Amino acid sequence: MKCRVCRDPAVIEVRRHNAGFCHPCFVKHCRDQVKKAVDAYKMFSENERVLVAVSGGKDSLALWDILVKLGYRVDGLYIGLGIGDYSSESAQYARSFAKAREATLVEVDLPATYGFDIATGSKAARRAPCSACGLSKRHLFNSEALRGGYDVLATGHNLDDEAAVLLGNVLRWDLAYLGRQHPVLEAGGGFVRKVKPLVRLAERETAAYCVLEGIDYIVEECPMSVGNRHLAYKGVLDDLEESSPGSKASFLFGYLERGSPLVAGVSAAEREALHPCPTCASPTVSEVCAFCKLVEKATAKR
Amino acid sequence: MKVIMRNPRREIELRGPLSVTSLLATTEVRREAVLVIVDGTLVTADATVEDSATVELRPVISGGSS
Repeated sequence: MKCRVCRDPAVIEVRRHNAGFCHPCFVKHCRDQVKKAVDAYKMFSENERVLVAVSGGKDSLALWDILVKLGYRVDGLYIGLGIGDYSSESAQYARSFAKAREATLVEVDLPATYGFDIATGSKAARRAPCSACGLSKRHLFNSEALRGGYDVLATGHNLDDEAAVLLGNVLRWDLAYLGRQHPVLEAGGGFVRKVKPLVRLAERETAAYCVLEGIDYIVEECPMSVGNRHLAYKGVLDDLEESSPGSKASFLFGYLERGSPLVAGVSAAEREALHPCPTCASPTVSEVCAFCKLVEKATAKR
Repeated sequence: MKVIMRNPRREIELRGPLSVTSLLATTEVRREAVLVIVDGTLVTADATVEDSATVELRPVISGGSS
């Protein structure tokens, strides 16, 4: 297989583009796709400070690397979730990445700071582990970005992630979630701006980017994610993609172009109902925010 | 050849040479679900893997919370 750009031997094929790429042309392809997403959705400018949420996995470390290479002002944020060896190992990848590049990594440890880990929180709140984890991370991403004075919080959600989330939202016709599903969520009501610059790259591309650019990341899957719905949705979409390459991109970008504007009003109305949590000041539509409820349940004396 | 698979990590031995396509069919791994890394180098589906090689089938699908 030849590189579509320069005709040198290819190292990776991207079926939805019906193309192969050599190492240098693939790296350029990835950076171009991120730059295109940042500009097309007006995510941030060169002057703004970006905080990238890093897990030690391929997506977030690839994102951090690409944004730095594109010349943006980027620091990293790692949340220690207390998931045994998995958390210890993933933290090491994030720290090693930052150290090698003399980059700033902000760290927050959930057990040390809030007194519980994901397994405990999940059990106490009767939530699935991924639900307790997602809730904690979303809260801490926002609060840490605001605390650090960052203009924007970037996450490593890729095309596969977003297509799978969209499928889940459509299966439930969850209009509030659909209204919030966009590569950019503007700041307001106590939320920092949130962006997903990898939305134009599949997870196979971010993994290949890391391998080719020598970025070490945690390959093993989180032990608590086994059997979750998100992976099941990905499986369904992978079956479609296998027989019809480009299906995921058509599904996601068709929605963003033609479906998203139809439900944007739902999330706008929801935002108007937000008020500060009396305990932590984070925005919530409830009396107390979901994270504070989780902390209370997880740390209650039994 | 030595084939390293992940989640859970395990190793199997296969006799080469084999095309990447045949290797994936033999191990029942979906092409788009992995990167094929032969002796540390990323390769495409039309590559051939020699008997002396070490191959890693590195999964690319990640799950968890959003």
